[in-house]
Amino acid sequence: MRIDWTQYNPASFHDELFDSSGHARPAAERLVSYLTSLGVHELTERQRDADRAIAEMGITFTVYTEGQNIDRAWPFDVIPRTIEASEWLRIERGLIQRLTALNRFIDDLYHDRKIIADGVVPEDLIATSANFLPACVGANPPYGVWANICGSDLVRDRDGTVYVLEDNLRVPSGVSYMLENRAITKQVFPEMFQHASILPVDDYASRLFDMLASLSPRKIDVPRVVVLTPGIYNSAYFEHSYLAQRMGVDLVEGSDLVVGDDECVYVRTIRGLERVDVIYRRVNDTFLDPECFEKESALGVPGLMRAWRAQNVALANAPGAGVADDKVVYAYVPQIIEYYLGEEAILPNVPTLLLRDEESRKRVLADLSNWVVKPANESGGYGMLIGPRATAEEKVAMAAAVEANPRNYIAQPVLALSTAPTLVQDEIEPRHLDLRPFILQGQRIWVTPGGLTRVALRRGSLVVNSSQGGGSKDTWIVALES
Amino acid sequence: MSLLSRVAERIYWSARYLERAETTSRLAQVYGNLLLDLPRQARLGWDGLIEITGGATLYHELYPNPTADTPERFFVADRNNPSSVRASLRLARESIRTTRDIVPSEAWRSVNELYMYVSQELDADTSHRRRYGIHSRVVEGCQQISGLLAETMSHDAGYQFFRVGRSLERTDMTTRILDVAAATLLGREDLARFDNSLWMAVLQSLSAYQMYRQKLRRGISSHDVIRYLLKDEQFPRAVAFSLREMGAALAMLPRNGDALSKLGDLRRLLARPKVLELDLAGLHQWIDDAQLALGELHALIAATWFRPSTSTTMDPPTSRTTKTAPASQTQSQTQIETPPPA
Repeated sequence: MRIDWTQYNPASFHDELFDSSGHARPAAERLVSYLTSLGVHELTERQRDADRAIAEMGITFTVYTEGQNIDRAWPFDVIPRTIEASEWLRIERGLIQRLTALNRFIDDLYHDRKIIADGVVPEDLIATSANFLPACVGANPPYGVWANICGSDLVRDRDGTVYVLEDNLRVPSGVSYMLENRAITKQVFPEMFQHASILPVDDYASRLFDMLASLSPRKIDVPRVVVLTPGIYNSAYFEHSYLAQRMGVDLVEGSDLVVGDDECVYVRTIRGLERVDVIYRRVNDTFLDPECFEKESALGVPGLMRAWRAQNVALANAPGAGVADDKVVYAYVPQIIEYYLGEEAILPNVPTLLLRDEESRKRVLADLSNWVVKPANESGGYGMLIGPRATAEEKVAMAAAVEANPRNYIAQPVLALSTAPTLVQDEIEPRHLDLRPFILQGQRIWVTPGGLTRVALRRGSLVVNSSQGGGSKDTWIVALES
Repeated sequence: MSLLSRVAERIYWSARYLERAETTSRLAQVYGNLLLDLPRQARLGWDGLIEITGGATLYHELYPNPTADTPERFFVADRNNPSSVRASLRLARESIRTTRDIVPSEAWRSVNELYMYVSQELDADTSHRRRYGIHSRVVEGCQQISGLLAETMSHDAGYQFFRVGRSLERTDMTTRILDVAAATLLGREDLARFDNSLWMAVLQSLSAYQMYRQKLRRGISSHDVIRYLLKDEQFPRAVAFSLREMGAALAMLPRNGDALSKLGDLRRLLARPKVLELDLAGLHQWIDDAQLALGELHALIAATWFRPSTSTTMDPPTSRTTKTAPASQTQSQTQIETPPPA
């Protein structure tokens, strides 16, 4: 059975593969005609192949509240999402600009605070940020870069504009799924890759390793880089071990590391202790060092902060980097870019109201059905309210939470997220999606070609997080033949 | 850059759990067949097997009202028996999952696939006929993983820990199975005429029947079987072979002095002139001694490589000789069993 695309109706949303008159967009032409030739039945078969491969390869993510069954198969949709290379180049420039400025901002906050002195960002905003760590004041991470790995979430609105929805500067996850999605897509659609106009993504691990190695305090040929994981119960454990394996470095847990009297970090090996130069840590800031933060933390390493401050070990991302992914700080990013780089932001922010501002608060609380309200410091879609879909009780609870701690909340208009064709129970239907590219900054800066496309599998849903019923797609940056 | 202590420990345990799953599977299969072969009046049940594999207390706790099917379920499918085939595979899978960055990725895929298959099959209501298929698949799967590591993993320190774990578990299982046979026959003159069937089953449960016949070229006798499984230098599941294999692997590891000397104790125990002249009761006692020594060897391996000294000087940990045998049957529970603090 051939695919009848006239039945595919993204309504008034911007669709990633089809334009408003129902024609395939240039970057998607090849893909669409290929899918059409396969037919729905064959496509469904390929989806099953993909699901089987995912189960056998053990590609999983973990859900916290599942008792014994701690890992779930990664939900994946076989139909890729395409972006034209020329559009991508602009997005890439925008991401580089954004992270460069954010790192300057973080470094400034932990040193001279010129941006506050100059009145661009209000002081109390930093003073009340839960992610600002006094223990980091005056520290000097290599190249003045605090967020070495950043995952920024991009969304496209009805008119086709791409916005930055948030920046993840603490321990962003998802890149392993981006890589595995591509590996699986190559297995199930090998025909599409023979005429290679799709940008490859598989050098991520070597880029990551080079970036991490560039942070080494010892300038030696082969610095010892490790990935620090909280352990198998963490939702991203699969990714931690995947990245360690791909980079050929050790995956360690807190108990594997020890800080010596010389304030250097060592790893326990079968030959005794060996020095560690760079830690790609996937443990949250406050669990890093029980001497400094959470006293009860068994995930961290006592003395780690001392070793880091003494510049005997590099931590990526640097502790305290999260101060800039606070959603209240987010509202100021265009001014931050302007301030440090003297440039206008290439990628716009979603218009954001700070609920600490009384007028904004009144306006939003009076009309909650038309706003998305988010806590400043949560990730993974937790604690967020999507006005049009919220129940009356949810709205009452959110209003109370906002009144109790206005500083902790922001509001944004409901965006009409773009859609793409998605295979749902053997039918092709439009589903909303976003995109998380990953940006690496050490000595140099680099952006993944594309990123992780996350898709809300429930009809009409705008929540793409895997912990909340989201799936994912392969992302193709397609260079058109001129 | 040397191998992480924690990774060494998990590789070692993955080998032990895989070996345990394989042998337990074969044991359940063979023992089931043996019970079918023996006349009803022989009144030979699974109890002896449960007793000797050290699971009696747990078994009675889990099955206060046992039926004909419960012993096999306990051995094969039970999630709460840490030595069951299912639990062993699950622990092997967890160990390999948490060393995925080190072991070849095909090994992870194989163990994952095997565990998923077995788990699904065991959840389905299983007839005897299908159970036979499950056991064959477990044995094949474990051997496949073992072969895969031998052929695709660098034979570095990590691989040596796999060899050490496998040969230690083999020694443990082989001696336990001999013990089952000895204990079954002990004081049961009525079983004397089924001697042959029983010793044949012992050989089969260790995949040793064919090799034994080739080597001895005569009928089966308890004396020959015991000698073969303890002293043969060429059969991989014989104790002498396993100890030599373990010695070869230990020799390639750093700081191996204490472990090698403890292994020497075990070999001397095996070389005791009297060991083959023992009656069944004596054999049972000898096996107890051997098990104790194995437990001490395990403790020494753990102290040397898995939990070395925490001082930041580069000195090797001082040698610690363990007086009593610790629980060497399962991996220390803090490693992968305990959920982290919320």
